[in-house]
Amino acid sequence: MHEQQTDLGTPAPLKIGAPVSLVIDGNAITVPEGSSVMRAAALAGAKVPRLCATDSMDAFGSCRVCLVEIEGRKGFPASCTTKVEADMVVHTQSEPLDELRRNVVELYVSDHPLECVSCSANGECELQDVAEALGVETSRYGMDGASHQQQEKDESNPYFTFDPSQCIVCYRCVRACDDIQGTFALSVSGRGFDSQITAGQEDGFMASDCVSCGACVSSCPTEALMEKTVIEHGLPERSVTTTCAYCGVGCSFHAELKGDTVLRMTPDKEGQANEGHACIKGRFAFGYATHKDRITQPMIRERIEDPWREVSWDEAIGHTAARLRAIQEKYGPDSIGGITSSRCTNEETYLVQKMVRAAFGNNNVDTCARVCHSPTGYGLKTTLGESAGTQAFSSVSSADVVLVMGANPSDAHPVFASRLKRRLREGARLIVADPRRIELVSSPHIRADHHLALRPGSNVAFINAMAHVVVTEGLEDSAFISSRCEQEPYRKWRDFISDEQNSPEATESITGIPASDLRLAARLFAGVRNAAIYYGLGVSEHSQGSTTVMGIANLAMVTGNLGREGVGVNPLRGQNNVQGSCDMGSFPHELPGYRHISDPAVRNLFEQDWNTNLRAEPGLRIPNMFDASISGNFKGLYVQGEDVAQSDPNTQHVEQALRSLECLVVQDIFLNETARFAHVLLPGSSFLEKNGTFTNAERRISMVRKAMEPLAGLEDWQVTMALSNALGYPMEYSHPSEIMDEIARLTPTFSGVSYAKLDRLGSIQWPCNDESPEGTPTMHVGEFVRGKGYFAITGFVPTEERSTRKYPLLMTTGRILSQYNVGAQTRRTQNSEFYSEDVLEIHPFDAEERGISEGDWCGIASRAGNTVLRAVLTDRVQPGVVYTTFHFPSSGANVITTDNSDWATNCPEYKVTAVQVTQVREPSNWQKEYEAFATRQEELLDKARV
Amino acid sequence: MQEVEQLVKMVNQIADNFSFHDDAVDRIEDHLKRFWAPSMQKKLIDFDNTQGAELKPAAREAIKRLEAG
Repeated sequence: MHEQQTDLGTPAPLKIGAPVSLVIDGNAITVPEGSSVMRAAALAGAKVPRLCATDSMDAFGSCRVCLVEIEGRKGFPASCTTKVEADMVVHTQSEPLDELRRNVVELYVSDHPLECVSCSANGECELQDVAEALGVETSRYGMDGASHQQQEKDESNPYFTFDPSQCIVCYRCVRACDDIQGTFALSVSGRGFDSQITAGQEDGFMASDCVSCGACVSSCPTEALMEKTVIEHGLPERSVTTTCAYCGVGCSFHAELKGDTVLRMTPDKEGQANEGHACIKGRFAFGYATHKDRITQPMIRERIEDPWREVSWDEAIGHTAARLRAIQEKYGPDSIGGITSSRCTNEETYLVQKMVRAAFGNNNVDTCARVCHSPTGYGLKTTLGESAGTQAFSSVSSADVVLVMGANPSDAHPVFASRLKRRLREGARLIVADPRRIELVSSPHIRADHHLALRPGSNVAFINAMAHVVVTEGLEDSAFISSRCEQEPYRKWRDFISDEQNSPEATESITGIPASDLRLAARLFAGVRNAAIYYGLGVSEHSQGSTTVMGIANLAMVTGNLGREGVGVNPLRGQNNVQGSCDMGSFPHELPGYRHISDPAVRNLFEQDWNTNLRAEPGLRIPNMFDASISGNFKGLYVQGEDVAQSDPNTQHVEQALRSLECLVVQDIFLNETARFAHVLLPGSSFLEKNGTFTNAERRISMVRKAMEPLAGLEDWQVTMALSNALGYPMEYSHPSEIMDEIARLTPTFSGVSYAKLDRLGSIQWPCNDESPEGTPTMHVGEFVRGKGYFAITGFVPTEERSTRKYPLLMTTGRILSQYNVGAQTRRTQNSEFYSEDVLEIHPFDAEERGISEGDWCGIASRAGNTVLRAVLTDRVQPGVVYTTFHFPSSGANVITTDNSDWATNCPEYKVTAVQVTQVREPSNWQKEYEAFATRQEELLDKARV
Repeated sequence: MQEVEQLVKMVNQIADNFSFHDDAVDRIEDHLKRFWAPSMQKKLIDFDNTQGAELKPAAREAIKRLEAG
């Protein structure tokens, strides 16, 4: 049986108080003031039985099993709700205590099935443990009275069941849903004997507001809430601690297995990013790793119209190397390139960029961060000196005001959203700047002070107006500015931002935000000690994404909100290792650690270590590769773990580029949309099948540990290494730890990182070096990385993508909770029961004007293309704005998005596309062609497998 | 859109975004050197020498400096 996580019964005190010494069962123990007697007893090694207490939630004091005796006190206080006091003498075991506890447990048992041996929780049921410890085998009250044993099981959720007959109504699940997740979907209905757990308004779990985070399941002490995989297969036998491969929160999990089969993922209480919490994706949507669609054999073909042919690894690698070299001989050294993956590990990403620079002999390497957070890199490097967020997630617990801009954490970063909601329930104020009324604006016990529903494309005008109010109303932090920032740029910026054209009144016609609302929001932001900014792709994926990021940094600097807990500029990264893939030198102009390729000293360092010569000029970025491919100058591409055919904008342009390649090599766990255009398909390994590290949005490097053997026999880093060797550039690593050692040797911000230290500390936030040997939770303390902060001029330049009579609406895109990006993983899980197709959200006014009703097929036309989606009428979007997600390839959301991009980084402008919407009766031509092409490619794959 | 048309659009965007600075041409030139592959720079230089009318003045000036090396 695998080891269960330690539970001390109640949480540590929020603030570490003075030490308090007491004696428990004859043993002296010292704990911080504010600790419970239960927690102190657990730390002293005393076993106090309990049922309603768990250390992930505040004490509740309902089960009356954890009673103790305290000398000098009358009665039997509950140890969970009693705080320690100096010189207290506690007894946890005595005959009177046993008698009381047995009586309580017998009452529980009288309404609980005594079928422990056949119960799926047998071995990890806390009621069973307590009953055994107290010697309770049956109940003096008999088993024949009224009971809940005939109540029906709720099996509506695809991942877990609720069995009322096993429930002891301890409220743990209700409190977990309220206090940890913040959804408030569960309650206890009825009183006394009729008390029972209810999801929603007695809707059942699936129909209720439950978001399937699994917090209730984790907290349940019995089998009442249980994973279906455990019911089917029994309890796991072993566990491996690893890091989630979904969003940029980077939750730590225990992958719990029976043999080589993962039965469940339980969130790690020691996980520093998630503190024991999870979301539906990380907690339950891991089944894709063993889905029948997994590619487990290398395959090659001459043309994309040909059937695939399964080959050995040696043949596939040799063939790929020969094809790439032949292309270079024919078209020149710059005619090939590579794309690193933000889903792969740091070590794998590092190797791909190394192979491109050293073996391909050019700098044509890029990463999917190009299409999400490249403006964050540019904007924060320019203003603050480092291309990364400034805080740890836990910092939000000290924020007084939070500005959430262009991000929807409830759906895209749910575990952070829960932490944020906790802080908001404690009283922090909230400003939301988003065209759409996201869940945070109004959710249980949370209401944003301001929802500034700006128009898509007006971010810079908005952020400038916020700073204008701060400066012109004298709300700036002069001491911070004078001591921490460059003065001449500040003076110029101050003149710029004070100009009337940046006022809320002047920008109101651009942003659509009433000037008075914006002024109130700016005063709120600038008027507290700690104001923090959290932003997402709604900031970066614009033609002025980089400018907005600089504007955000300006706002944080002018209000003095950097360099300490509770403040900061916090980009919420999309994928699990976007931060890491950028750190590892995936951009064509930067070597690992964000050092420009033109710097001779830096280049020389790598040249010496890598024993090669490096080119001094930047290479092509992803959109530039596509354009060059269509022009005929770029002919070979190695894509590791990305699906550009679905995720990148202007699909028809991307498809044309991919069709123009002579050799497209795709390394992925599935035949993804890009692989349909490939000539070589190299099987990838999922995060469960390899060792390495991911770096999350708070710069936290966490271990990824192999839980099962790679289905195709090799981990991704081994494949890249083999390809590099075949290309004639030797790579010899026997374990990813050796790759990390090389990264540390060459990258100052990683110089103190090693696998041994990661094992010891659990995770490390870079920079980790001699100065900060255990990492850096908060950046820019005392001084910015660039020395003094730089106020960048952020002039508003309207996007060329404007609504017109022909395209009168603006479309923006985003994510849903249960699906993840291109959906390659989540579509192959039961998450699709929650969201099975992309839809178009349209305001009822716009729908009525077009004769569109709920569920109608809508034709969506832009300057780039057409697609068809079903309509959902909602006032979540404002009139004039429509919204969709991009999780299903046949939806063709990116057939509509254009090749407009951020001026500084080429990050596509996904968030602003002018469209017209009409009622239609059939799919678009692109969708029909897509279905035919996809079907044909599946057939070609099937032939290889036969 | 042809590759060179896209490059012209991009450099004009860069020019627009640096237009708020006195040293816009320096910044455009530096930006192109730091972030654009030499092949992209060359296409713009060639374009400027043939049909450069679509280039914004500051962008054109920066490209001429690139050509001069």
